[in-house]
Amino acid sequence: MHISNGIIDGPVAAIFAALALAALTACVLRGRRDLDDRLAPMAGLVAAFIFAVQMLNFPIFTAGVSGHLLGGALAAMLVGPWVGALCVAVVLVVQALIFGDGGVAMLGLNITNMALLGTAAAYALIALLLRVLPRTRAGLAVTAFVAATVSVVVASQGFVFEYWLGGTTDLGNNLGGLAGTMAAVHLLIGIGEGLITATTVLTVAKVRPDLVYALRSLRAPAAPAVPVAGGVR
Amino acid sequence: MGAGHGHVLYRESDSPVHRLPPEVKIVAMVVFTVAVVATPREAFWAFGAYAVLVAVVAALARVGPRWLLSRALIELPFVLFAVALPFLGSGDRVEVLGLRLSEDGLHGAWNIVAKGTLGVLASLLLAATTTTRDLIVGLDRLHCPQVLTQIATFMLRYLDVLVGEARRMRVARISRGDDPRFLWQLRGFAAGIGALFLRAFERGERVYLAMLSRGYTGRMPAVWQGEGAASTGQWLVAATVPVLAASIAATAVVLS
Repeated sequence: MHISNGIIDGPVAAIFAALALAALTACVLRGRRDLDDRLAPMAGLVAAFIFAVQMLNFPIFTAGVSGHLLGGALAAMLVGPWVGALCVAVVLVVQALIFGDGGVAMLGLNITNMALLGTAAAYALIALLLRVLPRTRAGLAVTAFVAATVSVVVASQGFVFEYWLGGTTDLGNNLGGLAGTMAAVHLLIGIGEGLITATTVLTVAKVRPDLVYALRSLRAPAAPAVPVAGGVR
Repeated sequence: MGAGHGHVLYRESDSPVHRLPPEVKIVAMVVFTVAVVATPREAFWAFGAYAVLVAVVAALARVGPRWLLSRALIELPFVLFAVALPFLGSGDRVEVLGLRLSEDGLHGAWNIVAKGTLGVLASLLLAATTTTRDLIVGLDRLHCPQVLTQIATFMLRYLDVLVGEARRMRVARISRGDDPRFLWQLRGFAAGIGALFLRAFERGERVYLAMLSRGYTGRMPAVWQGEGAASTGQWLVAATVPVLAASIAATAVVLS
């Protein structure tokens, strides 16, 4: 899913870099408010978790297209959309800088797809489904599963859109084929990601419901995300 | 948690490249990669020149070619994508070994392989010569927002813990008769991942509170920030690589 140097041409990469920078600035401004004493270690752990999980590829894809989990939905669920997008972005920046995973010049594209599109799609669905579905464990599981699955497919179509805008090789009529392949492969990945996200969120919600960001607004509609005042600062 | 300074790719050494401050290396690496990507793909000589630059820096950093090339295998998935391009691409077709391949697709494949490989090699060189701690300090000195460096610090700190914990849990599962293979491992894997997450979080939370009570404010101690910030001379020394790369790219653009 990581775009390597040379797959998308320079101007499009630059436009998306500017776009990603603007969006991340907004996330930093909003996320700073969210990042209280409880969320800070959680954000770090979510990022580490996504980093680790992105190293694990699904065995069925070893023979063909590479695919891995993205983690956008998990981040949106546990630390909210703003800090969540930042977590995924940090993972991508570190991967590009020192692991050579995804080109540095393509960072804007990768951040747009996986950190911004993936997390935004996931959070929109989470916000919607948590209101519509019954407030049970099953409802939470379905929410996490659907949000994760859809967010992965959306992120993969982000790549197809960018390729259509500025792919270095004109695929002609095969672009539809690329879109289909990406969607199909990432639907499978998305199902895997959905299962993992749902299980993780359920486990956390069972033991420490206070840690699930998406549930905060439902518990206390008056004051979501109260920063810890005084004390240890 | 005392060992967390290196990472799997770091190569302990005292070469001139290792001694450069991290922020200088990050900027040099990013500018180099952008120059490579901006080069027209038909300028084959330019990519040769970039490869020589990478080889010189690798020699200065005392990083062996075998180590570099085996770690560069990470880009294999992109190479697979590149292999498909000559078959999928549109436009003029050329005969190669009896196959009718798209000329544009062949160029595209070359473009991805050359630029991808150079980018991966550049980041591997940065990784081999910079500890993760230095990387964060470098990003901080480059005025990266504190929220991001804070998340990155925690991320790198807990990464080894998480990976080690996951490996132990997998070994534990295998030794209890599980046969983790193909899709059937997904359920056990996912069930374990929830437990792994909670265990790691509770540990992380305790460590974070301990850090707060010792005066952590979200930024690493000022001693780290001040010590060894880049001097003008070091900026100039490190600028040679990106400046050379940029001039190669400019020449290639003018000639094409």
